[in-house]
Amino acid sequence: MDFALTPEQTSFRDEVRSWLKKNLPKDWTDRMRIGSDVPRPEVYDFLRKWQRQMYEAGFVGVTWPKDYGGRGLTFMEEMILHEEIAITKAPPVLNILAIGMAGPTIIAYGTEEQKRRYPPKMLSCEEIWCQGYSEPNSGSDLASLQTRAEKVGDHYVVNGQKVWTSLAHQSDWMMLLARTDPKAEKHKGITYFLLDMHSPGVTVKPLKQITGDAEFNEVYFDNVEVPEANILGGLNNGWAVGMTTLMYERLALGFGLQVRLRIALDGLVDLARRSKKGGAPATKDATMRQKLAQLWIDTEVFKYTGARAVTKLLKGELPGPEASAGKMMWVEGHQRLQELAMELQGPYAQLGRGTKWAVDGGVWQHSFLRSRANSIEGGTTEIQKNIMGERVLGLPKG
Amino acid sequence: MNFGFNEEQELLRSTARKFFDNECPSTTVRTLMEAPEGMTSELWKKLAEQGWLGLIAPEEHGGMALGIVDLVVLLEEMGRAVVPGPFFSTVLLGGLAILEAGSDAQKKAWLPKICSGEARATLAWMEPSAELGAAGITLQAAAKGSGFTLNGTKLFVHDAHTADVIVVAARTSSGQNPEDGISLFLVPKGTPGLAVTLLPTMDQTRKLCEVTLTNVSVGGEAIMGAPGAGGKPLARVIDRATVGLCAEMCGGAQKVLDMTVEYAKIRQAFGRPIGSYQGVKHKAADMLVDVENSKSITYYAAWAMDEGVPEGPLAVSMAKAYVSDAYRRVSGAGIQLHGGIGFTWEHDLHLYFKRAKGSEFTFGDATWHRERVAQLVNL
Repeated sequence: MDFALTPEQTSFRDEVRSWLKKNLPKDWTDRMRIGSDVPRPEVYDFLRKWQRQMYEAGFVGVTWPKDYGGRGLTFMEEMILHEEIAITKAPPVLNILAIGMAGPTIIAYGTEEQKRRYPPKMLSCEEIWCQGYSEPNSGSDLASLQTRAEKVGDHYVVNGQKVWTSLAHQSDWMMLLARTDPKAEKHKGITYFLLDMHSPGVTVKPLKQITGDAEFNEVYFDNVEVPEANILGGLNNGWAVGMTTLMYERLALGFGLQVRLRIALDGLVDLARRSKKGGAPATKDATMRQKLAQLWIDTEVFKYTGARAVTKLLKGELPGPEASAGKMMWVEGHQRLQELAMELQGPYAQLGRGTKWAVDGGVWQHSFLRSRANSIEGGTTEIQKNIMGERVLGLPKG
Repeated sequence: MNFGFNEEQELLRSTARKFFDNECPSTTVRTLMEAPEGMTSELWKKLAEQGWLGLIAPEEHGGMALGIVDLVVLLEEMGRAVVPGPFFSTVLLGGLAILEAGSDAQKKAWLPKICSGEARATLAWMEPSAELGAAGITLQAAAKGSGFTLNGTKLFVHDAHTADVIVVAARTSSGQNPEDGISLFLVPKGTPGLAVTLLPTMDQTRKLCEVTLTNVSVGGEAIMGAPGAGGKPLARVIDRATVGLCAEMCGGAQKVLDMTVEYAKIRQAFGRPIGSYQGVKHKAADMLVDVENSKSITYYAAWAMDEGVPEGPLAVSMAKAYVSDAYRRVSGAGIQLHGGIGFTWEHDLHLYFKRAKGSEFTFGDATWHRERVAQLVNL
């Protein structure tokens, strides 16, 4: 067991550290609290620029092969990078679904042509990606999806609808799961397509959410043509390809989630220092100290459980139970953090943007509301618990 | 960075698991816990033969010179088997105190005997006030000639009734800082004025005692280190022992989860295994998260102790706070998911449930450690 860095890792850390110090946007810290979870629409352009800068410095896709625009480093460097991002509270990467999911899946399953065509533009944020998985009647039961793709000549014609599609209104490409063989068993007739969002017949309708923002979308396909060459990983093999994507999601997003939780926690402690309770800062209140300390502990625990998963990965083993625990822990921790941010404000928790009385301009109200989606998006907590119960503990299916 | 165990440690784990499966199955645990000693001399001898009593002692004193991380591997297995007896008190309390604060002569006198299984040791630090910090040490040690006279009561002393030597934390002076003025003394069994009473405890696998010292007279050679300078080594011993206890708790929690999952696979209700019901499955998943997280933070704290990194005490308190709550939740859920059978004396679950409760209040509960975390991170 060794937490010390090798000389090479230390020099990578120093490289990241000095670059961030030099290039961190000055006005970001004020915006930071806005982004304790998912970036709000008003910062998209800013984040596009930021990701491009990060990429040019070599800090996006560090684990991707050099041939496809990455740096060919290990998850260890990825972890070091995220640690530094947490310390400096740097902005997140905007093209998160491409970096976390689509890219690694294309690198795993793509043809040489696909692997050279797509990943570099994901890293530079030139092409933004979204994920076309969920449908109105198939969210958690993904295999029941109904969007179909029928072969006509040398291309496929897609008809159907997706929903809850994050970033679709900003996206150039979609990872699309569609049914290509309606007669096959539900897991077996699905194909994974790389779909150009600018194709005729694609309609994106933003969904206004509980926060008042429109971050998710409905996406309609009306006879959308997709070239056969845009199939990823073979016809009717979409379930296996899609599951790989989800595995990467849990792994790769894990680093990012830990960083965002750490940054949000620092923001919360700062809020507690500024909030008064019984005439003293709330950090001095016995009850608040207990709650804050527990969040501090849970955030650290989350980090070390992630580190155990990375160690397994570096040894060439598949991550075990400690990886599946990650998403649930983050959800639980982040929602509790946001509740505590409300509690610290007391009656002011009711006030949002538009009044001088709102604490921090009402940003916490947004992140509090947004956090309710955490236990639903990317697999509900209930589904995560089923997966852990069945695949990790070996309990029988219901 | 490598957050995993090496080959030797994995070997230690499998050896220990086999050893305790053979030598300390739950039938043996039940026999041992009903005997006042909580241990047989045969089993104690076997523990010594494995080298485990000297795992962290230097080679020159008959030990294996390994670290807290190695000890964590062994203790996890001991917690899994819920082994009774004075291993913890001898190795992690008395033994570690001698290792930490003893002079060469004191180490020479006691460590080889501890490693070989000839002598058992413990640490008497807590008092009836049950206060955990340095201010809780009020037992008086008055200088008398070249020696000292000790008067006072110690409580919750692990296995003092079978210990050959008790390390007693006493106050030789008091200053502004409660850590100043604490001294550690070696008080051998049979010293006049030393009285030990075994206390009835909820967790019968762990024996606790009241130790009273009435005009106990010790020579100058009994004090460990300079007079009044025992506060720091005592705190270091308690921190290391706390990590060790967390490891034991992780092992116990893992065993409860294993028992519960096995049971949920075979126990039928309404025509299907109870583990197929989401109400049961989700609770098992929660238990899994508790167990895995407990291990992560415990391993980190053990590494931090071995390396002596500045945030070591913080890591220890994060671990004890997390694991105290987690083991309680897991062992409670284990009983719940077993239903009525889980509430019987016959089933082993109560051994773990009680160990969880006892461990929760040993070296500070979660509330106490959260406050320590708050202090250490300058909240």
